[in-house]
Amino acid sequence: MFWRNGLVSFTAVFVSTVTLFTLGAVIIGNAFLSTSLAELKDKVDVNVYFLTTASSVDILNLKKRIEGLPEVKSVEYIDRDEALRRFVERNKGNALLLQSLDELGDNPLGAVLNVRAKEPSQYAQIADFLNRGTKSTLDQGEHSIIDKVNYADNEYNINRLISFINSTHKLGFTIGLILVLMVALVTASTIRLAIYNSRQEIGVMRLVGAANSFIRGPFIISGVLYGSVSAILAGILLYPGTYWTTKITSGLFGGIDLVSYYLSNIGQIFMILLFFGILLGMCSSFLAVRRYLNI
Amino acid sequence: MFTFEKVSKIYKDSSVALADVSFEVKFKEFVSFVGHSGAGKTTILKMILAEEYPSGGIVLFEDINVHKIRRSLIPEYRRRIGTIFQDFRLLPGKTAYENVAFAMEVAGKPDDIIESDVPEVLELVGLAGKMWNFPNQLSGGEQQRVAIARAIINQPDVLVADEPTGNLDPVNTYDIVQILKKINDLGTTVILATHNKGVIDFLGKRVITLEKGRVLRDDSTGKYSL
Repeated sequence: MFWRNGLVSFTAVFVSTVTLFTLGAVIIGNAFLSTSLAELKDKVDVNVYFLTTASSVDILNLKKRIEGLPEVKSVEYIDRDEALRRFVERNKGNALLLQSLDELGDNPLGAVLNVRAKEPSQYAQIADFLNRGTKSTLDQGEHSIIDKVNYADNEYNINRLISFINSTHKLGFTIGLILVLMVALVTASTIRLAIYNSRQEIGVMRLVGAANSFIRGPFIISGVLYGSVSAILAGILLYPGTYWTTKITSGLFGGIDLVSYYLSNIGQIFMILLFFGILLGMCSSFLAVRRYLNI
Repeated sequence: MFTFEKVSKIYKDSSVALADVSFEVKFKEFVSFVGHSGAGKTTILKMILAEEYPSGGIVLFEDINVHKIRRSLIPEYRRRIGTIFQDFRLLPGKTAYENVAFAMEVAGKPDDIIESDVPEVLELVGLAGKMWNFPNQLSGGEQQRVAIARAIINQPDVLVADEPTGNLDPVNTYDIVQILKKINDLGTTVILATHNKGVIDFLGKRVITLEKGRVLRDDSTGKYSL
């Protein structure tokens, strides 16, 4: 059955392969966006810069209070020496800057608390808390130890980026789903066409009293074969697909390696493709044969 | 063997295919249905095969109501009936041998029985020498003989023939009717639908004449008269 109508089999396999490739691409694309979103969320933070005069005891006290907030995931304390070391590290190539730093003699940098929230949307509250904290210490007649909270500077960009990724994620998923559905329908009708060619044979089988299961059997098996072959082809095609996408997008998002993502999840992705391929082939065959089995 | 009791068939567009048709076909009988196109011959045969359902009345096979047989058991019922058609309905991709063997495979017969029975039946219909020809390498008469061989290979209780000679010349028609008669003589009930006067006159068997879905006459040794 599979080999006998060669061209139709080829078409059915080709179309199913496109379906499964699309499905695979949607799965990988989805994972890609999830990863980049997570990575981006991780990069978002709030830095609290302290005055150089702030004592480490006060800062550690404040750190404890910030850690007590329910929205906060982690707080990292970077003392003045560490801040200087990182600054020098970052500006290695800038001889002029380093020279002027040397001339200053003293460490001009204050300590920093690096605050990470559990969710990006919670940064506003944390920043708010820090600003109030500054004011309340001022009210008590003490000098505030906080020099600057950098949330406001980044706020706009952070929110925009996050909403951009979120909507891309949703849009990509929806488009992918519609695409998969469309191609699945085309596959179903192609397989139906393959069976249409055999309607005469089905008619004769019924005539000589073949049981329905006996008639259906070979068609369902070829449906399963279509699905399996397509899943294997789609799985193979996804490799150059991911390689190519990785190469093109390496400039963006600091390059998420789709190839290694694909290869490390190849078992799972392939099982999904195989499952859907077989399901698609079987259901299409079953429904198509049913049409000619009526009466 | 078959009993029709006040069977009628009215299609959705209210055209009447059968109206109050009653008759009985006895075991080992040879019954011919004659009538113009649209008189209801084919509808009666389809009812026997459980392909059409009556709008009223019942069709009995022995004591079983044909149209109350469970769907899953219909294939088994159809294996007790051999069928041949005007257009032969052979599978073009299979040889004469394979076309006949196919009916046995479908019935789940073991290979050794298939290998011994198929040549025997092809010999009975006079095609022993063309066993390995494909349908397009056979004449119309020869193709119909393959179809007959396929219809009787599983030893059905009854052979249903719908215009089997409709596409054949007089010589081949004569041969086919001879074969049908031989099959009947060997003990199989034959139900034939035809509008070939020569066939009916030659047979000299029971004839039921239909007109506009009604039984016009039922003669035990009929002549063709319309």
